[in-house]
Amino acid sequence: MSAPALQRTTQQATRQPGRRPTQRSRTTRRLVKKVPTTILVAILLVLVVYPLVWLLLGSFKTNAEFLNNPTWSLPSQFTFDNYVEAWNTGNIAQYATNSVLSVFPALFFIILFGTAAGFALEVLVWKGRGGVLLAFLIGIMVPTQMILLPLFTVYFQTGLTGTLWPLVITYTAIGLPLTVFMMATYFRAIPREVFEAATLDGASIIRTFFSVGMPMVSNAIFTVALVQFFFIWNDLLIALTFTNSSDLRTIQVGLLNFNGEFGATNYGPLFAAICINVFGTLVLYLILNQRVQKGLTAGSVKG
Amino acid sequence: MKNVLGDKKSILILVGPALLVYTLVMLVPVFWSLGYTVFEGNAIVGFTFVGLDNFATMIGDTRVHDALWFTIRYAFVITIGQVLFGYALSLLYVFVLRRSSSIVRTLVFFPVVLPTVAVALMFQKMFEVAPQNGLVNELLNAVGIPSVDWFGSAGSAFLVIAVMDIWRSMGFYGVLLYAGLVDIPEETLESARLDGASGLKLVRHIVIPLSLPVLLSSIIFSINGTLKVFDSVLALTNGGPGTTTSPLTLYMFQTSFTYGEYGYGSTIALLLTILCLVVTVFIFRSSRRDLTKG
Repeated sequence: MSAPALQRTTQQATRQPGRRPTQRSRTTRRLVKKVPTTILVAILLVLVVYPLVWLLLGSFKTNAEFLNNPTWSLPSQFTFDNYVEAWNTGNIAQYATNSVLSVFPALFFIILFGTAAGFALEVLVWKGRGGVLLAFLIGIMVPTQMILLPLFTVYFQTGLTGTLWPLVITYTAIGLPLTVFMMATYFRAIPREVFEAATLDGASIIRTFFSVGMPMVSNAIFTVALVQFFFIWNDLLIALTFTNSSDLRTIQVGLLNFNGEFGATNYGPLFAAICINVFGTLVLYLILNQRVQKGLTAGSVKG
Repeated sequence: MKNVLGDKKSILILVGPALLVYTLVMLVPVFWSLGYTVFEGNAIVGFTFVGLDNFATMIGDTRVHDALWFTIRYAFVITIGQVLFGYALSLLYVFVLRRSSSIVRTLVFFPVVLPTVAVALMFQKMFEVAPQNGLVNELLNAVGIPSVDWFGSAGSAFLVIAVMDIWRSMGFYGVLLYAGLVDIPEETLESARLDGASGLKLVRHIVIPLSLPVLLSSIIFSINGTLKVFDSVLALTNGGPGTTTSPLTLYMFQTSFTYGEYGYGSTIALLLTILCLVVTVFIFRSSRRDLTKG
């Protein structure tokens, strides 16, 4: 510490006892000091949360209410008519089912293949693993647009177009690079001796992977699965490219078309449809928020 | 020991499936797509060889120029916005809210997990002017400003896209940068305070220099993500009014699937890839240490 600075601190220290404030004035001063912060945080939270509240309230309104009342008025009744209409007439039920049927099989393959590859690349010893890891890393950066057209051609010629398989296959491939990269990182943190001991005890490598490796990173697997779920569930580009009939639309594509076909004049059901989509992921986030935050920021290389 | 952990068959079983899927569905198509750039046509009508015509067309295509310019402008503005707001949030979390920041962090992170299409439709309704006013125009009317047709001109449409994407992602960058800021040792800050640095001075001379690496990676992640923008623009403005807000990704998509020109679409995709690749080189340069360390 420099001499003048030292002098300043001693000055402060000696000045302090001279004007010791009473307990009460100190508390008030602290409260007054907190006011700007509180206002700032309040504004921030209103900006983030109010649009969602507005959306939720809108989903209960009738069309007449939309047209005649100011947009921030409360709905006059809380009925689920709009939800029923969106779910059945608007086909959201079908779209959600398609999403589930394409996202979860893809997640299963991503996790199984990605964890195995991460294990092989980090724990096992072989020539060329550096090159393979680099090849996977490149995949994180390649824009999806670069692979759409060849895939479309192949799916068309093999007759897969018209099923959900193009989505499952493409999602699996798109999810692998980041998963391999993240799983390799997690396996790096485990001492090699653990796996060496398992093989010394007579377990084969495959057995070691399934009964020692996977359980040890089960936490990480869950995090990665969560991250991939959000990426794939929210995907629009791939779903838009490979779904050629309305029966195959995922919830995102369905919602986009819903707006065009149904929602331009039918506000209530559109708001309800958006709500179904938004609050589904929101509930998942609320339950697992810390893990989602950690996972998504860890996967930020994906951009 | 090396022999056991180096068993060829097991390695093949473990890394094989991932490598096979990845190679067939990502690596091969990348080169295949490169091949398309010298053809014309599509999967249904067949292809004819046209040499470098697609590249020649692209150089003279004003729509490509506009889309490229929009993409760069968008990436620039959104990156600055995301990182700036994210950094302000992270400073708020670390220095003002301190231990009670967890709940605010969680709430501001909300929009990050929401589906882009849903958020875009919500913003469309919020900024709506006809058939009736959305939230924003009602608010403007309330303070005496007439309604604005937000999606009617290129400038205001760009503004809405920017507002939406910053709203969507500032919480993400807040948490990302927060993780970098809490790593600054308390002793360093304390000694700076003893030296008389406080408030903005502390941020300017101590906090920013010490969080520069994580700040830099945030910027690069952000550029890399924003160059590939597709969902939010498609769902919010669909490139309009006219084609004034259409990025390269959207133009590529329309060229390929609306007009069925795979060759030209691939050429635009290649331009986009090269753009991203240039940024990627920076990513590896700046985060090499993190990558090897894990």
